[in-house]
Amino acid sequence: MSDAVSTQGSIPPTQTERRNGLGRLIARSEVLRGYLMLSPAMIIMIIGVLMPFLILVAMSFWTRDGFDFDTTLTLTNYGRAIDEPIFGAFLARSFWVSGIATVATVLLCYPMAYYVAFHVHRNKMLWIIMMTLPFWTSYLLRVFAWKVILGYEGVINSSLLTAGVIEAPLEFLLYSQTAVIITLAHAWAAFAILPLYVSLEKIDRSLLEAAADLGDGPTKRFLRITLPLSLPGVISATFLIFIPTTGDYITPALLGGPDGAMIGNLIQLQFGAVNNWPMGATLSIILMLWIAAVALVFLFVTRKSKESLI
Amino acid sequence: MTPSESYISIRNVGKKFGDFEAIESISMDIREGEFFSLLGASGCGKTTLLRMLAGFETPTRGDILIDGQQMNDVPPFERPVNMVFQSYAIFPHMNVRDNIGYGLRRLKLPRAKRNDMIDEMLELVQLQGYGDRRSDALSGGQRQRIALARALILKPKVLLLDEPLGALDKRLREQMQVELRRLQRSVGITFVFVTHDQEEALTLSDRIAVMSGGKVLQVDTPDGLYERPRTREVAGFIGSMNFIEGKVLSRVNGHATLGLSAFGEIQVDAKQIGFVEGEAVPLAIRPEKIELLKEPSEGAVPGSLELKSYHGERSYFQVRVDGCDDLVSVSTQNAGRAKLRALEEGAAVWLKWRDDAFIVLDKN
Ligand SMILES: Nc1ncnc2c1ncn2[C@@H]1O[C@H](COP(=O)(O)OP(=O)(O)O)[C@@H](O)[C@H]1O
Ligand SMILES: [Mg+2]
Repeated sequence: MSDAVSTQGSIPPTQTERRNGLGRLIARSEVLRGYLMLSPAMIIMIIGVLMPFLILVAMSFWTRDGFDFDTTLTLTNYGRAIDEPIFGAFLARSFWVSGIATVATVLLCYPMAYYVAFHVHRNKMLWIIMMTLPFWTSYLLRVFAWKVILGYEGVINSSLLTAGVIEAPLEFLLYSQTAVIITLAHAWAAFAILPLYVSLEKIDRSLLEAAADLGDGPTKRFLRITLPLSLPGVISATFLIFIPTTGDYITPALLGGPDGAMIGNLIQLQFGAVNNWPMGATLSIILMLWIAAVALVFLFVTRKSKESLI
Repeated sequence: MTPSESYISIRNVGKKFGDFEAIESISMDIREGEFFSLLGASGCGKTTLLRMLAGFETPTRGDILIDGQQMNDVPPFERPVNMVFQSYAIFPHMNVRDNIGYGLRRLKLPRAKRNDMIDEMLELVQLQGYGDRRSDALSGGQRQRIALARALILKPKVLLLDEPLGALDKRLREQMQVELRRLQRSVGITFVFVTHDQEEALTLSDRIAVMSGGKVLQVDTPDGLYERPRTREVAGFIGSMNFIEGKVLSRVNGHATLGLSAFGEIQVDAKQIGFVEGEAVPLAIRPEKIELLKEPSEGAVPGSLELKSYHGERSYFQVRVDGCDDLVSVSTQNAGRAKLRALEEGAAVWLKWRDDAFIVLDKN
């Protein structure tokens, strides 16, 4: 009797033990569990980002050989990119246009985010949704909308004409750097508003009261408390706009005209009409390195200026 | 209080939030250099009153004067007061030194002078060597000290403290109470201290305003509040108390004889108070003013012991007295009272008191 009980009792546990061996290992190891949760994202990252990137890096050291690639590794393309002024000029213009667009967007969105965070007390989410409403339409549609507004016979020109303010349509509105900057600033506004709002909303209001109590008026309070504490939002907003807009090619292609073309258009040409993929890859890598460098400088400068603020 | 003694004058101050009257109408005076506490249950308006002194709320009526200056239209950053916030409000993006020196920046002092002042403050609040610590890696007690130092460094005329010890655990709180008292003595600044803890208020304060429902019930010294509470509400709020109804039996030559039904009769001084024969008078007596006896004695009231509880230094006894609905609470010192402590629950006991141990309360 006792024998039967012991055998009956001992077999199932060993089975479950074996079955749960892996599960238990996973449950026990914090690190393993972390990797398990990350793995879907990691697979996508490896297939979708890391592999193309490695191919791009490799290709940037190749050269074009008719319709084929010469896969011997050389720095020829990098040499061309440095020697021929057109590449540098396009790069500089891209940074200029996207820099202005970024600064304009952050400066315009900061007060909006500030207003909602500090002065709206009900339905804050509704306000945020309203502000990011343009984002519900496609990027291309937004660009075309600006084309309609800024065009030769567009909304601005025709209303100014009808009002008699101008006699001939303003031509600088469309197909210019201005048009690209305006469109980029508007199209990417939501990417600025959201991080700015979150960082402002997070600020403990009693900190501002404490600053007032210690003798600071509204301006000083903003500079010494609100601004430094919202800096993470400003930095993310800046990066979120600056990085993608520098390489943007749709907006400059549709609204830039000859003066407004950017490095993205040049890269697109290399992969398209010019059909020099290795050169396109080289330009992409150079753009990326420059963006990283600018980002680091920006981080350094903001940290330093924050220290001088407080 | 004479006008010259009054440092902070609060005159008929009221505050409404919409239709809700948070402060009804408060008038009181606070002296210079005094440790003054606002004591009351949560929601009675202590913070609101303090914030009106700091300038974060504007009174809907009445005036506030600090050192003779009308404060109603002075913004917080121009008032000669500083505040220690309930949450401490330590600036998270600054280290300890920058937090403490925050208010000095505006004064455009030479750097060396500023550093000296900060070091002095760090020493005063016993945080020497913590100056370069990040402020987000500090304990509650340390944050509290920084909040204090940050306010005191500006040498305000008045320091306002909103339940500064509320977030600390019991031991640290008791230690900080002692320090706070020492600090207030050494800097000589007027403290207005908000607390809901009556023990804290009694141990720290020179005077206490007991608040309830947006009103001030009584302003008095700690022993004044304890020994001579004016109303039942105050008496119940501070310490424990037995409440008994008395009836005026007769009144002769400034003395009145009150009948307390089951508790016999007592004689009280009735010079000022207009006792009318036959009228009911609310009375109160502290548990420790009642003597507990094991044997009958002349004038003692018999009862039976229902419950006893041991509190270390004292013991509390709940005694049932015939003809009285409420249990009578008696407390005795434990030292040298082994026999009393050995009493079993249910034992017969006798209660005795001096007539002047009874406090005559205001009606209603
Ligand atoms: N800004 C406000 N708006 C509306 N009601 C408030 C506001 N501040 C405080 N109250 C109300 O006023 C009353 C007193 O609050 P408070 O002064 O914070 O009390 P205490 O500090 O004594 O706990 C509470 O009932 C509270 O809900
Ligand atoms: Mg409060």
